[in-house]
Amino acid sequence: MQIVVDLNRCQGYAQCVFLAPEVFELHGEEALMYEPTVPADQRERVRRAVAACPVQAILSGEQAVADVR
Amino acid sequence: MAQDTLFRRITDYAHRADPYPLYAELRRAKVARQEDGSYLVGAYHEITALLHDPRISSDTRERTDPEGPFPQDSSLPPSFIGLDDPEHDRLRRLAMRPFGPPHTPGRVDALHGDITAIARELVAGLRHKDRIDLVDDFAYPLPVTVICRLLGVPHEDVPRIHAWTTTVITSLDISPGEDPARRREAALAARAEMAHYLGELAGKRRGHPTGDMLSALVNDPGPEGALTPLELMISSVLLLIAGHETTVNLITNGMLTLLRHPEALALLRDRPELMPAAVEELLRYEPPVHMLPQRTPLVDIEIAGAVIPRGVPLILVLASGNRDPLRFEDPDRFDPERPDNRHLGFGSGIHSCFGAPLARIETQIALTELLHGLGPLRLAEDPPPYRSSPVLRGPRHLLIERVDGG
Amino acid sequence: MSGEPRGGRIVVVGASLAGLRAAETLREKGFAGELTIVGDEALPPYDRPPLSKQVLLGRVRARDVGLPRRRAVDARWRLGTPAAGLDTAGKRVLLAGGEKLPYDRLLIATGTRARPWPNPGEAALDGVLTLRTADDASRLAGLLDAGPRRVLVIGAGFTGSEIASACRERGLEVTVAERGPAPLVGALGGTLGALAAAQQRAHGVDLRCGVTVTSLRGDGGRFAGAELSDGSRVDAEVAVVALGAVRNTEWLAGSGLAAGPRGVACDAGCRAFDMYGIVTDDIFVAGDVARFPHPLFEYQMLSLEHWGNAVAQAEVAAHNMVSAGPDRRPHLAVPAFWSSQFGLNIKSVGVPTFSDQVVIVQGSPQERRLVAVYGYRGRVTAAVSVNRAKWLEHYQSLIESGAPFPPGPGAADGPGPPLSPVPSAVPDPAVLSHGPSVALTGHLPDRRLAVVHHQDG
Repeated sequence: MQIVVDLNRCQGYAQCVFLAPEVFELHGEEALMYEPTVPADQRERVRRAVAACPVQAILSGEQAVADVR
Repeated sequence: MAQDTLFRRITDYAHRADPYPLYAELRRAKVARQEDGSYLVGAYHEITALLHDPRISSDTRERTDPEGPFPQDSSLPPSFIGLDDPEHDRLRRLAMRPFGPPHTPGRVDALHGDITAIARELVAGLRHKDRIDLVDDFAYPLPVTVICRLLGVPHEDVPRIHAWTTTVITSLDISPGEDPARRREAALAARAEMAHYLGELAGKRRGHPTGDMLSALVNDPGPEGALTPLELMISSVLLLIAGHETTVNLITNGMLTLLRHPEALALLRDRPELMPAAVEELLRYEPPVHMLPQRTPLVDIEIAGAVIPRGVPLILVLASGNRDPLRFEDPDRFDPERPDNRHLGFGSGIHSCFGAPLARIETQIALTELLHGLGPLRLAEDPPPYRSSPVLRGPRHLLIERVDGG
Repeated sequence: MSGEPRGGRIVVVGASLAGLRAAETLREKGFAGELTIVGDEALPPYDRPPLSKQVLLGRVRARDVGLPRRRAVDARWRLGTPAAGLDTAGKRVLLAGGEKLPYDRLLIATGTRARPWPNPGEAALDGVLTLRTADDASRLAGLLDAGPRRVLVIGAGFTGSEIASACRERGLEVTVAERGPAPLVGALGGTLGALAAAQQRAHGVDLRCGVTVTSLRGDGGRFAGAELSDGSRVDAEVAVVALGAVRNTEWLAGSGLAAGPRGVACDAGCRAFDMYGIVTDDIFVAGDVARFPHPLFEYQMLSLEHWGNAVAQAEVAAHNMVSAGPDRRPHLAVPAFWSSQFGLNIKSVGVPTFSDQVVIVQGSPQERRLVAVYGYRGRVTAAVSVNRAKWLEHYQSLIESGAPFPPGPGAADGPGPPLSPVPSAVPDPAVLSHGPSVALTGHLPDRRLAVVHHQDG
């Protein structure tokens, strides 16, 4: 599972950090950092974070062209 | 274009079970001036514009007529919910320090196990009952137990908390034209007693931390300095009340909605991974907070072809915005798989719900345990009796029966 | 348009964010023909913003920044194979290996690359590098892991500043050399440039503005230090060259398209112009390599190195590639970007460089929390928030509606009336080390910007 956050949309509500604190992190007061490759044991938490994002800025999915190479 | 009867009708208890047709009327008006001089806004895009407009104050002391609807409690300073930046920002950040990121990012996530255990124990107590009052037997005890544990309030004091909270919340029930003086007085007294109780409790934790939020607030001030004793009392009253009162409604509205939509209920039984999205849809479809009654423009605001004058009470009807067909396709349909659900259930902007992540996981766990821990259920009465508040709207009781053979 | 819009052969040149999102949108809109995606890097599409942040902090590995897909695209992926030429008459893309890919419609999304250090010998020193690709980030993170005594960052645009921030967070000594008067000044102007400078210094950066790096010194093939134009020397073990970006248009030389150092010109519907300014109907452009007119900014041709523009423009381009005339859409998204550095979350909407004045409307530099609004000839054209992102959408609506500048007072946390705008002090790009991440290529009376003539092809 890969994720990408549209940080133009992100307003720093940090719901994802509360719900999946090992994947998302507030860096300073407002800037969001995250792990694009989600560890297997964090997928359920990340799904909760994706659903809860108030601005629906988190995209999760299989890695693009995972079949290449 | 004064719509003198609309707000009266919305707050009229007769419409509590189904205010949504009135909200549709409100949206058609975009900005509805009431005869008492207040303004109501119920369309999604206008509400979000106003929630992100820095010229809209949350401090009712900015009102030209401080005795209008939903007046400010004048005995104690406002909590951060009723303040503007930069003061709001400072107080909210200090309160956030022991609760969430950036300082304590793992606190809510770490509560999962506790909340699940409390919910399971409550569900186990329901199994032998044929008739359940979801509010008294489950939806109230769960969040109040959680918030007390989180803040560090002893469980044996829950009845006192309950009594104070009820009195404070009742003061929000003011209907236009009604004399609110007595209820306000009682609410002020309850809020003050609660503040002193929490202040004393925090004092006992000073130097003797017990791992809860009150302990952290007094013992771990952070680089900006601690809350003053008065700020601490006021903030912890807010966290305690807001930390459970609205969740009761969310859980109850959630179960009510699922029992009214058996296909959605079946879907969630089969696919529990949809529960987080279903809770977001509940927050849109039947939110626990129907309106924000405390806003005030600091200057004349032009919106949707109207002007909202400086200093008037401005009431944003979030629950109406959540059903706006200009934003949500088929808005009156409950769809647990709704895409791009940017609802207003927790508000938006700088005052968006402080405890949202806690409410989210409590409700996800609560509904999951109810769905999986009990057999087939049905509503014993529909609609249920509602609490009187048009602002914090939810059933007072929700009677549920087991379906035979389940 | 040739052939049935939903059939035929489409080639997408560029396999990064814009190329991926375009491919997904093509399928979503019902394109059922053959789809080929060409990329010069061997890696599947990945996200670049984390490379100068999480990756340099050592929290995420450079190979773990792959992009999630929105849907399967059922495409032939030609990764690790740069495009080398374009034959518009024969409708073929020439690949580096000599292969020719025929197309009915083409999307150009080749993006940019890091501007290299101008002296190739010095650039080849061990320890001198740029930061653009995942490989670059992996190398740089490895060098930082080794704990160099000092890192020299040349150029204080967003990338350079983020690199410096990561270094300081890791406890590494860092010198930043910038030819302009302050960091970020090329993108944000003087007021926020001054805040950025103060913030860098408060975080222990040895910030040198108004200087250029004149040479890089080696010691046995290893980078050892640099000479500065003010006669000073900096001893360092790593030098990161952050001089902005170069658009990948060389492969289009001789194609007859309006392609050059500033990008490939296209219309608001993402259709490429040829060298005579005639719009093509089978070649589309999206992402960092595109230059397009924007109605909110007096139809100036904008080149945006923005993540959000790559996504939005790719979606519009793809939509238009499979839609007949009247169903086509313009690319009107308001430009937006973000950066996080030295504990600040900086977000921008509009085009701050398209301005003559700026005013702080909320917060203050002292609080490290503010919103600044930019105006041009009495209209709001941009807004930038620093740790105040929740307000930004209000200002976006002012930009979209061409609201008067300065905006009215009244913000609860504002400075109180009257607001006092100051010159936005956006310098001529020629005096900066870092290239601005928004290039305006039209003519503004108060700015020494030249209309670009297309000499290519």
